[in-house]
Amino acid sequence: MITSHLPVLQVIVPMIAAPLCVLLRRDKYAWALATLVTWAILAMVSLLLVQVINQGEVIYHLGGWPAPYGIEYRLDALNTYVLLMISAIAAVVTPFAAKSVAREIEPHRRHLFYAVYLLTLTGLLGIVASGDAFNVYVFLEIASLGSYVLIGLGPKRQALKAAYKYLIQGTIGATFILIGIGLLYMMTGTLNMADLAERVGPVADTRPVIVAFAILTVGILIKLALFPLHLWLPGAYTHAPSMVSAFLAATSTKVGAYLLLRFVFTVFGTDFAFGKMPLMEILMPLSLIAIVAGSAAAIGQKDAKRLLAFSSVGQIGYLALGVSFATVTGLTGGIVHIFNHGLTKGGMFLALGCVAYRLGNTRIESLYGLGRRMPLTSAALVLGGLGLIGVPGTAGFISKWYLVQAAIESDLWPVAVIVLLGSLIALVYVGRLVEAAYFHAPDTTAGEVREAPASMLIPTWILIAGSIYFGFHTELTVGVAETAALSLMGSAP
Amino acid sequence: MNETAMILLVIGIPFAAVPLIALFSRRPNIREGVSIIAGVAMCGFAAGLIPTVLAGNRPGFSLFDVIPGLPIAFEVEPLGALFALIASFLWIVTTVYSTGYMRANREASQTRFYACFALALSCTAGIAFAGNMFTLFLFYEALTLSTYPLVTHSGTAEARRSGRIYLGILLSTSIMLQLLAMLWTWVEVGSLDFVPGGLLTGRIPEGVMAALLVLYVFGVGKAAIMPFHRWLPAAMVAPAPVSALLHAVAVVKAGVFTILKIVLYIFGLDTVAGVASGYWLIYVAGATILIASIIAVRQDNLKLRLAYSTIGQLSYIVLGAALANAQAFTGSTMHIAAHAFGKVTLFFCAGAIYTASGKTKVSELAGLGRSMPWTMGAFAVASLVMIGVPPSAGFVSKWYLLQGALTADNWFAVGVMVVGTILATAYLAPVVLTAFFAAPRSAGGGADPLPKAHGEAPLPMVAALVLTAVGAIVLFFYPDLPLALARLALGGAA
Repeated sequence: MITSHLPVLQVIVPMIAAPLCVLLRRDKYAWALATLVTWAILAMVSLLLVQVINQGEVIYHLGGWPAPYGIEYRLDALNTYVLLMISAIAAVVTPFAAKSVAREIEPHRRHLFYAVYLLTLTGLLGIVASGDAFNVYVFLEIASLGSYVLIGLGPKRQALKAAYKYLIQGTIGATFILIGIGLLYMMTGTLNMADLAERVGPVADTRPVIVAFAILTVGILIKLALFPLHLWLPGAYTHAPSMVSAFLAATSTKVGAYLLLRFVFTVFGTDFAFGKMPLMEILMPLSLIAIVAGSAAAIGQKDAKRLLAFSSVGQIGYLALGVSFATVTGLTGGIVHIFNHGLTKGGMFLALGCVAYRLGNTRIESLYGLGRRMPLTSAALVLGGLGLIGVPGTAGFISKWYLVQAAIESDLWPVAVIVLLGSLIALVYVGRLVEAAYFHAPDTTAGEVREAPASMLIPTWILIAGSIYFGFHTELTVGVAETAALSLMGSAP
Repeated sequence: MNETAMILLVIGIPFAAVPLIALFSRRPNIREGVSIIAGVAMCGFAAGLIPTVLAGNRPGFSLFDVIPGLPIAFEVEPLGALFALIASFLWIVTTVYSTGYMRANREASQTRFYACFALALSCTAGIAFAGNMFTLFLFYEALTLSTYPLVTHSGTAEARRSGRIYLGILLSTSIMLQLLAMLWTWVEVGSLDFVPGGLLTGRIPEGVMAALLVLYVFGVGKAAIMPFHRWLPAAMVAPAPVSALLHAVAVVKAGVFTILKIVLYIFGLDTVAGVASGYWLIYVAGATILIASIIAVRQDNLKLRLAYSTIGQLSYIVLGAALANAQAFTGSTMHIAAHAFGKVTLFFCAGAIYTASGKTKVSELAGLGRSMPWTMGAFAVASLVMIGVPPSAGFVSKWYLLQGALTADNWFAVGVMVVGTILATAYLAPVVLTAFFAAPRSAGGGADPLPKAHGEAPLPMVAALVLTAVGAIVLFFYPDLPLALARLALGGAA
């Protein structure tokens, strides 16, 4: 049965499609192939999710070699959930790319763009699906290298600088991760994560394991872009092509969050990470600073994309905060925020992509009068903004509900207050966008500006509508997140 | 027709009117027609629920769980039925009034105005019929957001600044205090349902209860309890119909209504009366009445004077809830109705004066009694409601409130009500006296030989404000419905 190969197919298909894009040469064909592939992946992952829900766990041995000798793909509630998120975002943003990429990237590079995009997607899916630590690192490098290129393809010269900055910091992060995995291999003789989880326990007190834990965590936090390791993020999101900003904001840092969960809870276990190691004492303050400082930094930005990038720094704080509680409620909040924030922020970056398509840039002054010129795009920005604030009826509210509940359950009142305070800071920066779009007269020198084309508006609104839908119907999002949180907490050795 | 459908229709009709209003943006007559028909239908269904409620039933249903155990639920209890009825009835009148006001003043973006108005009414109905605190909060926040475009309607720098204050205060109190209180309640008892007798009664320690009461009460910024009242004067930058219906009735009444619901169904009257920690609320409400009234006396801008009057009058309702006995609570319920009719009339008058004469200040009103007799007559009648003199509905509510204060043996509350009445006279009587008895003055200070000729405002406006003024009198002679509903809410028989 072909369905039994789904765990690996969803990684292999984009990997094979990437060189095909190069061979096709015509950007239209390359785009069509990429769209087809992303939809196929979404279908495959949906089937996988059904399997996982029915069976609890799907295990696949690459090439038929049994673990721990061969590479194992192990899909449980957590990573299938993240896979679904990545593939859904990819399936929505790829159709958007047709016009956006045609406007922002030179003709002779467009087919290469789609090739690299598919490779990046391969990397991201691989990281999440693989149950082998070294394999994870390999995919991490694929995804990272792909991202550097995608960001460097941005329409302005600063894109190169931003990509370079990310390259330096991302490489440091990846190297840290590699060293950590190496140390673990040295101490346990295995790279299979399930196997690692069992063998790390007896040697947990040794210095190499402690160092491995520390260095892995720091490496992952760079990828996650948690304050103060977020310095690469604002530039990268600001200067990348519109579609790339949306795609990476919704997926890349979320994969970082997944890695954090996987290594901390599955491999090392809660007792080690939070009992022997002071992970909570480190992660929680950093998350709170990220929430306040990231959101506050967003307020003063002159460019809407940069504003959203700093907002992401703040929102990543919520993700990490959920992890730092080390309780089921906290983890549920963190995991559900992976999904909810991905939808919301992805939709908002796409809306800014529409703005860039019509106006050529995303400076706040360019948004003046947008409410009348591009009513649908502006409405999408407003609804997405409400999600960032966490107004009830948006997906963002659900995440914050769980995070504050977790804080109250753990008697951490100041944390509860800071989470809510973050919403108010978000209100200020979202308010800036709203006032620009609705209260300022447009700059008339830009000439007549029309609403963005349907092929861009529809993907934007799918994500925004999703962020509203999942604010009311949470069986899927919270349900899966809770299952994942329970299994992560239960898997503590 | 069954009750479930009727509840959904009361909330859904104004919501469904929004796209229709947008659709007919180039056909003003049809657009306003849609608003009026929606208002009549909404009011009809809200009235249709009254007999069921009077029979002692509380029809309700829940839609689906948003968070496991926390559904979107609706329940029509007596207070909510009254609130929805008042709001929907006054919406019809306000739409008639708006038609005159918006056209006479050639306001821009009228489609957005009517669309947001309908949306706000839908949210108001949602608050009125909310079956648990979570659903109420959802509509409470939606009401804030849907009224923001109305407050900032003119788009000027001042409107933008006011909009910031409006959103800033209302959202920060609701997120930082009310939401926190809800989550705390949720963690403590695992439910946010409205339970007759009080959800929290006997389930959590008294200290937690006291802290929760503070969070809940100040978390409802829409009740404009000091020090979180600044948004209301700021909102006066909006067109007069918005000030009239939303910032004298729908939004502010949603605030005090929420406080009544919280006191009655989350804490329970006995708890609030019995726990010494509930006592502070009497002082806060009393202080708000006095301070707001004193500020009102000093305002020359008519709408601002009315806004501060609203802040004071709202706190009478909160005071009734804080006294926490049957009479005081009945007084609060009655005052929701009485103040609604009175204050909507006053704001209608302020808008009519502005439309006909362009005047906004109390000191400019001399001679207006002669040129606008209907408007100023209605103003005088509505002033009686604020002061609490018969034959106005305000007398009935103050009567019950005073009884409640005496029952509770609370002489502070009694004193506040006496002084409050004097202050209300001090801020409203001069308006009426100036209009009817002062000689018109020219800008130079001497008697103006030729006052600028103007008559009444357009007919729809005058008709609306006369109607609501008459309503304020009728409620004095026929206060049965609000009183019966108050008795039912307290658990008695109609």
